[in-house]
Amino acid sequence: MTPSEIFRAGLRDQNPGLVQLLGLCPLLAVTTSLGSGLGLGLATLAVLAASNVLVSLVGRALPAEIRIAVFVLLIAALVTSVELALAAWLPGLHAALGIFLPLIVTNCLVLARAEAFASRQPAGAALLDGVAMGSGFLLVLVALGSIREVLGRGSLGGDLQLLFGGHGAHGGIHLFGEQHGFLLALLPPGAFILLGLMLAVRQAVRARATAATPQAAMPPEPVGRAQA
Amino acid sequence: MGAATEPAIRRSGRAALVLLLCAVLAFGAVSLVHEATRDEVAAAGRARELARFDEVMRGLRYDNDLLADTILVHDAELLGSSGPVTAYRARLAQQPVAVILAPVARNGYSGPIELLVAIAPDGKLLGVRVTAHRETPGLGDGIETRKSAWIESFTGRWLGSPSLQRWKVRKDGGDFDQFTGATVTPRAIVSAVANALAYFERHRDELLAPASTMPP
Repeated sequence: MTPSEIFRAGLRDQNPGLVQLLGLCPLLAVTTSLGSGLGLGLATLAVLAASNVLVSLVGRALPAEIRIAVFVLLIAALVTSVELALAAWLPGLHAALGIFLPLIVTNCLVLARAEAFASRQPAGAALLDGVAMGSGFLLVLVALGSIREVLGRGSLGGDLQLLFGGHGAHGGIHLFGEQHGFLLALLPPGAFILLGLMLAVRQAVRARATAATPQAAMPPEPVGRAQA
Repeated sequence: MGAATEPAIRRSGRAALVLLLCAVLAFGAVSLVHEATRDEVAAAGRARELARFDEVMRGLRYDNDLLADTILVHDAELLGSSGPVTAYRARLAQQPVAVILAPVARNGYSGPIELLVAIAPDGKLLGVRVTAHRETPGLGDGIETRKSAWIESFTGRWLGSPSLQRWKVRKDGGDFDQFTGATVTPRAIVSAVANALAYFERHRDELLAPASTMPP
């Protein structure tokens, strides 16, 4: 695969959040604000890129029986390291992400890319795939986080100081007071509904593009796999 | 048959060894990261605690090492925890200026509500903060400072103001507001704060005593 194919797959055609529907549990649970979505997205991206490279380096040398076990071990070690680093240097973000940071270990996206892509590809392509898939996931987290924060809290980027330091509790853009927010947007059912709307928009855009260029060779729609 | 199983066993053995090797390497790598971040993680934890204490004491000045000047107290009935809890003492020029207790309101709407309560030596409340809760978003979460200023209504109160029988929410004939649609949450907090004050009154001397191991 060429780098541009890898990126097109990760960001659009096989976007983990909108097409493969992988890692829905953190996707829906954490994205109550732009800041926490961005934070979890960056942490997942870092783990995914690093695990893809390591898996690509050791994958083919491993006996088949223990391949998955070693992948899980690698991913767990990486996630623990990322968690410790965040606890040390970005304690606010570490507290905001809570249990969903260590649970990156169980994000099927990471293991799926390790098994389906990285273990059969050279390290460079695996790294690109990790960055592309991680970015695709990050974009969905950020979009969903932004929508939910605007609807539910009337602000955007209100807790970005978690990532970039500073103690201003009132950073970001303020549209209306939090007490007038649309509470449903902050609760898990609201997250499901909003993600559903995002999926619908994506399908509509895709359908329109297909209708406009019927001769164009659209890549076949991959089968979505819904996993929490 | 023996000839067929032996290579399989040898293969499994080799796989197990590789797995063990990977586990040892991963363990070593995580240990290194743990070692490298240990001091920063501890420092971040202390900074977070001190920031919380500053908030609950409303920026009251003190000059001792708050995190070291502690005693363990134990009162399941008044403090809400079956185990011992740490009481922190703030002092300025050796004189106590505040005691911070961490009582738990056990009868919250959905589980216990963890509080921080800062009490001045004269028994007046400096401030109250909720540190952990699972109350209903939109109803019971008015106890957070982000959502409403309700929790500030404790500041300056003591067990004589209002009088003990009025340490209740208005619905129960007391002096504290409840929220629309949520009485259980404020009721739990009001009674937990009153209990913490009662504990302070009973153990004032012990709580305000000079630290047993004063640094030179």
